[in-house]
Amino acid sequence: MNQLVANMAGNVWKVVVSEGDQVNSGDDIVILESMKMEIPIAAEAGGSIKELKVNEGDFVNEGDVIAIIE
Amino acid sequence: MAKNEFHEEIRERIENGGAEKYHEKNAEKGKMFVRERLNRLFDDDLDVEDAFFANCMDDSLPADGVVTGIGKINGQTVCVMANDSTVKAGSWGKRTVEKIIRIQETAMKLEVPMLYLVDSAGARITDQIEMFPNRRGAGRIFYNQVQMSGRVPQICLLFGPSAAGGAYIPAFCDIVVMVDGNASMYLGSPRMAEKVIGEKVSLEEMGGAKMHCSVSGVGDVLVSSEQEAIEYAQKYLTYFPENFRSKPPVQEAIKPESFEKSIGDLIPENQNAPFDMYELIKRLIDEDSFCEIKREFAKEIITGLARINGQTVGIIANQPRMKGGVLFHDSADKAAKFIQLCDAFNIPLIFLADIPGFMIGTKVERAGIIRHGAKMISAMSEASVPKISVVVRKAYGAGLYAMAGPAFEPDVTIALPTAQIAVMGPEAAVNAVYANKIAELPEEERPAFIKEKQEEYKENIDIYRLASEMVIDDIVQPDDLRDHLNKRLEAYQSKNLTFTERKHGVYPV
Repeated sequence: MNQLVANMAGNVWKVVVSEGDQVNSGDDIVILESMKMEIPIAAEAGGSIKELKVNEGDFVNEGDVIAIIE
Repeated sequence: MAKNEFHEEIRERIENGGAEKYHEKNAEKGKMFVRERLNRLFDDDLDVEDAFFANCMDDSLPADGVVTGIGKINGQTVCVMANDSTVKAGSWGKRTVEKIIRIQETAMKLEVPMLYLVDSAGARITDQIEMFPNRRGAGRIFYNQVQMSGRVPQICLLFGPSAAGGAYIPAFCDIVVMVDGNASMYLGSPRMAEKVIGEKVSLEEMGGAKMHCSVSGVGDVLVSSEQEAIEYAQKYLTYFPENFRSKPPVQEAIKPESFEKSIGDLIPENQNAPFDMYELIKRLIDEDSFCEIKREFAKEIITGLARINGQTVGIIANQPRMKGGVLFHDSADKAAKFIQLCDAFNIPLIFLADIPGFMIGTKVERAGIIRHGAKMISAMSEASVPKISVVVRKAYGAGLYAMAGPAFEPDVTIALPTAQIAVMGPEAAVNAVYANKIAELPEEERPAFIKEKQEEYKENIDIYRLASEMVIDDIVQPDDLRDHLNKRLEAYQSKNLTFTERKHGVYPV
């Protein structure tokens, strides 16, 4: 089980996947909006999305868990 | 026994290092014997070895656990020290330390690069009075390293542990290559951490190669085997002169790799969309010439050595694919050291800017982003090598400054036709200037108003306007950028600048 965490503070602009989806390492999971930039947060390992911890519009701080990948 | 026979016997014993069981143990971990490492690293083994007979009256301490000598790598003379972990785990006794100090002194006299092949458990506590506190104790190794820094390249290949005081050998080198799984650096072992501060932690987690190369930034290059570490060192050295007095050797010019997509196609029109800066770098440099430093650490900035038309350059590039290319405390720190490295050894610097600015918020303020940002700006200001600033897409706020903007005496500031330079981007600027006005407007009128003001703002910061005001020196078509950089590098070859006269600056660290 892998926790995907935000690597910087920002707002969740888009959630690209849904719970249960299969993802590969390097696939974008969410896109943050921070410093007026789109910040893709990609999976570090492949697997299925067990849980999404954020919704579009949420603020996340650096280190906050975005998703759990199994 | 005849003297000759005795000599051969003792020679063979020393050459074989420690006991067979330690050789076997090392082999199990994928570790080579120290003499095998040297054999592979050097063009033709060591030319000369010093104090081979150190501590030869003691059967159990061949060469006193360290090999020191001089040899050639790519035809270039270098000095080396290499721990032998089959001898008391590569620990340091009195003669070990003296041997290391002497080879450093030799490197200084010859003004040639110094390599440290580290694989050592640290000091031999039993020998501490002889090797720890005195004038030519271990402290002198570090003193010498500081004195050598910037005079000759210092490279550390970390094959095993580098513990306690020994952990400072890598710290003072220009670059530290770590072998995943075997290399580690720590001041106190996990056992000591548990005893002294009550922390339970694994060696890998606390001081492993992955951790140091991706989290602490004490390691620079993560490799998967000793052979890979050796090849990296061989490649790395090709970019450097033997000392600060010379220029890097020019190699045969090679065309960049060819791609379907041109540079113009790569860069998105939307300033806020990510793109991969590596793709741009590949199109600017000679094929296969990128030698990246700190790839796993603070990925929002890319630092690496490369060649353009055979000439060594140092590239500092924002990576919009990672954290939007925003500068953080760690990325500023990474860039600062890389700039110092290139400047010390006469390697021209190319800044590829695509930067929304420095990160803001509580986390980074508490981490001292102002201090770390100032460190990068100090290093960049002081660099007196040819300095070329390219605004690839945008340079906002202090990001323009950190990436060698016009006020920092670059030899030239170039922009691509779609580039933007401003205190902040259009969205942020309109929000900042017209916040009250926007709030007063009925909601349905807001988008049109914002759009109008953003367009006005964009016109105001138009890159041709900035070129007309001579803020930037040239606007270059994306696909002409490599040729243009090549011409600039040639033009600035004879640059000879002393930054200022003084003892030294007082910089944030």
